[in-house]
Amino acid sequence: MGDTLRAGREPILSVRGLKLHYFTSKGAVRAVDGISFDLYPGETLGLVGESGCGKSTAGSALLGMASTPGRIVEGSILVDGIEVVGMPERSLRRDLRWSEISMVFQGAMNSLTPVYTIGELMAETYREHAPKRARDAVARGGKAQGAPMSKYLRLVGLPDATLGRYPHELSGGMKQRVVIAMALFLEPKVVVMDEPTTALDVIVQAQILDLIKGLKRELGLSCVFITHDLATEAEIADRIMVMYAGRIAELGSSEDIFGNDPGKGSQGSRIGSLHPYTQKLLASTPRLHRRVSELAFIPGSPPDLIDPPVGCRFAPRCSFAKAKCLREEPPIAELGPGHLAACWKAMEDPEYERL
Amino acid sequence: MSDSSPSPGPGGIVLEVRDLAKEFVARKGRERVRAVDGMSFSLRRGEILGLVGESGCGKTTIGKLIMRLIEPSSGSIEVEGFRSGPRGGSGDLAYRRRVQMVFQDPYASMNPHFRIREVLEEPLLIHRLGKTRRERMAMAARVMEEVKMTPVADYLDRYPHMLSGGQRQRIAMARTLILRPSVIVADEPVSMIDLSTRAEILRLMKTIQEEMELSFIYITHDISTARYFADRIAVMYLGRIMEIGSQDEVIDRPVHPYTRALIEAVCEPVAGRARIARGPLAKGEIPSASDIPRGCRFHTRCMFAEEECSVLPEPELEDLGGGHLHACRRWREVAERA
Repeated sequence: MGDTLRAGREPILSVRGLKLHYFTSKGAVRAVDGISFDLYPGETLGLVGESGCGKSTAGSALLGMASTPGRIVEGSILVDGIEVVGMPERSLRRDLRWSEISMVFQGAMNSLTPVYTIGELMAETYREHAPKRARDAVARGGKAQGAPMSKYLRLVGLPDATLGRYPHELSGGMKQRVVIAMALFLEPKVVVMDEPTTALDVIVQAQILDLIKGLKRELGLSCVFITHDLATEAEIADRIMVMYAGRIAELGSSEDIFGNDPGKGSQGSRIGSLHPYTQKLLASTPRLHRRVSELAFIPGSPPDLIDPPVGCRFAPRCSFAKAKCLREEPPIAELGPGHLAACWKAMEDPEYERL
Repeated sequence: MSDSSPSPGPGGIVLEVRDLAKEFVARKGRERVRAVDGMSFSLRRGEILGLVGESGCGKTTIGKLIMRLIEPSSGSIEVEGFRSGPRGGSGDLAYRRRVQMVFQDPYASMNPHFRIREVLEEPLLIHRLGKTRRERMAMAARVMEEVKMTPVADYLDRYPHMLSGGQRQRIAMARTLILRPSVIVADEPVSMIDLSTRAEILRLMKTIQEEMELSFIYITHDISTARYFADRIAVMYLGRIMEIGSQDEVIDRPVHPYTRALIEAVCEPVAGRARIARGPLAKGEIPSASDIPRGCRFHTRCMFAEEECSVLPEPELEDLGGGHLHACRRWREVAERA
């Protein structure tokens, strides 16, 4: 699916060698430590990993944001050709955020200022971030403001009257819809969504995922979707990027990661994930429709990112690790069409017997 | 209210909950929140009952009631013949020792000023178990081995902040086990733990549960972990059981439209779902427990509801046989249409 999307198209977002470190009194925490990937128009790229793997840090870095004491130390981020790294804060606010790339922050639905109505909150975003031509139109007395707001509220399934409501008058699912509308209504080219369904109940989660799927169809939304949950990525992402300890462990299409049912694989069956970390994560995900007697788990905990281990960062927890893995860090390499992994084992023998 | 316990089997009944209700009074009496609204179930020795539902369904309140952290408005709870009575009354301590809890947040549920040895010693002091410190430390060491925190000496003098989330949850288990309870209430014990360690904790709890023939009330919003962990599942909605049965029955052959929606909503890690919309499973969101809909309380969200569902009195649990009960009047029509 990813291949057909990409055919002959330029990426809308292109990240190369991105490093974002947090400079603490104990040393630099290498939260994002050299990641490269592309997002193609109309595509949803899932960014998945456990807490502390750098996925949220990477997500907000795409908007040129680094929370103190963090700083982008290296790399390049191109949003539709605009270089984000090194752009002054003022231009980031005026010319990039929300108009070119926007974000649904984790927990944003519970951070809506309680004393403003939804309309006022959206108007504030508009004044702060709308492209210059639109702001000028408003300054000349045009009534451009109201129009895109109601349009996008309706797109996320909320009535116009929502503009006059206060956040506390809305349910969790409605607030999440508002936050999504606010990320969309300046028509950015890329939307980053950080755990947009995590705090919601499972039925509401399904409603929001369906909403995002609908927006993908109707608006051709290009989206980076961050979550800790592989099953959610299966539901929403065309391609999936698995992060571990600040690096990309594996990147591939949904079929590359989850595999195809060999029985009905029209494009040929694929055996699925190449990286032992992804495989272990999958094996530790409880399945509703399959009764498993044992769930897998990964012994130990992720490494200290101030002083990460030499060699493969996952090696200390990996059951396949050999001397080489502890000594030399594997490069990320394309082991199948569009399927990348950073693993010596997979590189030597992509058909190796899985866990 | 019909009996929601399964046909008597090998394990005796350790916990019996009858017509339990809890009403909270909010806004100076202007609002009455019926968090638990008439629940009956029982738990056998060595059994794990999963209480599953959305936030606001009353599952945490049930846990607190069983723990006697709050008083019920009506109904009764009995553990091994000890009835929960007034606080401090006779039998109160005996009841409490038999029912212990594992909390959701391993970071907030431990006194940060206590070393692990003190975390484990405190319940013994409260329940006057172990005459000397030495005896108590021996009990602590044994329980640490049971939760696989070894070598014990490495951990006893540590503070909670020096442990990982998974290790803390092991200590929380140890603190629970040290009183040798019969029933453990585990309220979302793994929801704050990373996936790669989550399975480790669930597995540990299951091993201990099997070895010691413990009975668990496993409270969760996540029906997938309930499938792995629980023997029986009770699906709760607005303070009441909508469906209860063995986990295979409830998940593979759900009857109630609410159970069907919960199951449909779960994401599964398989390829090829990203472009398929599921369509509506249930309308809107859970209403406030201060304003419970008349008739079947789920009818406002149900995709199968007809007029009778809002007009006729609330359906009671109906037995399909084999301990599989549900509270849907139109279940036959639902099965045909679904």
